[in-house]
Amino acid sequence: MSEAKRVERPLSPHLQIYRWHIPMLTSILTRVTGHALVAGVLLAVAWLLSATISDEAFETMNGIATCWFGDLVFTGSAWAVWYHLLAGLRHLYYDAGKGQARLGRYHRIGRDDRPDHSCRVRRGRCAI
Amino acid sequence: MVQLTLPKNSRMTVGKTWPKPAGATNVRKFQIYRWNPDDGKNPQVDTYFVDMDTCGPMVLDALIKIKNEIDPTLTFRRSCREGICGSCAMNIDGRNTLACIFGMDEIKGDVKIYPLPHMPVIKDLIPDLTHFYAQHASIMPWLETKTNRPAKEWRQSIEDRKKLDGLYECVMCASCSTSCPSYWWNGDKYLGPAALLHAYRWIIDSRDEATGERLDALEDPFKLYRCHTIMNCAKTCPKGLNPAEAISHIKKMMLERVV
Repeated sequence: MSEAKRVERPLSPHLQIYRWHIPMLTSILTRVTGHALVAGVLLAVAWLLSATISDEAFETMNGIATCWFGDLVFTGSAWAVWYHLLAGLRHLYYDAGKGQARLGRYHRIGRDDRPDHSCRVRRGRCAI
Repeated sequence: MVQLTLPKNSRMTVGKTWPKPAGATNVRKFQIYRWNPDDGKNPQVDTYFVDMDTCGPMVLDALIKIKNEIDPTLTFRRSCREGICGSCAMNIDGRNTLACIFGMDEIKGDVKIYPLPHMPVIKDLIPDLTHFYAQHASIMPWLETKTNRPAKEWRQSIEDRKKLDGLYECVMCASCSTSCPSYWWNGDKYLGPAALLHAYRWIIDSRDEATGERLDALEDPFKLYRCHTIMNCAKTCPKGLNPAEAISHIKKMMLERVV
């Protein structure tokens, strides 16, 4: 049997079309704040380090750290640290298998309740 | 690897707008992903208009109506039309679900339909699920026993049987795995919510005697631990199951056997 001509299959759209919902947003923000905090830490370390090098170096770094840019980074970092910490605790809680029932309308594993699709079908006026 | 944009050959263009049905008053607009392997073009999004007065309530009813009356080349999988075969899983209105049990009254505005996200497309709304099925096979989705076969059957108490509720109902439609960003970026190595839910279904089965081996097989930085509790799987499951909870139970068992 001859092999059909191989075609380069496209990748179906993902982020472009997926509807955002709050759990998805809070989850990605955890990762974003985690990475962004690296910038805050770098600036803080550079600031401290400059003090050990020379007066001029400290002058320069102090200028950067206390201008609007530094204020922005440190204010953002203060928020990000708290967000990241609390969100991390929440994900830890999820990892323990707890608190997930709030997120959807499904039946829990090992519990004797009806799956949600039956009401979905009913709402769709489908005769089952 | 995280790749936020689509590769060049996958970027969608505006496709054909099909004519409105003549004489219809209650018309709904559908935007549907099309890709034909034979014409060498990029995927496109076609626009269809369906007369809702002569159409069934479910998204699948509209797809079948389009195929029958407007465009016979529209390609999609479907079989049971009652949410038990899992064939018609697709991305409808931004979430993955089964077209046959998703009512059009649940959608505001135009109905947008794409194949399951981040999968190679075979044609139109049909994704290639080969890898997804292979991952399911890799978790040994069968009863593994070591003791001698009982004379009649492997018995299970009512309480132990209850542990399988919320797991056995999965129809392997791939909605959850293809909704998971972690699976999008690491689907080659991360097993994804569907395969892991099935893994847990056998781990927790009182009759199964390979629990240790099953957990060993999942002890891997990617297979299990790429779940970051994003919860898209539980949000999207058309059967109302919670794969994330099953995954967290596996993680807990992993922890319990080392402490």
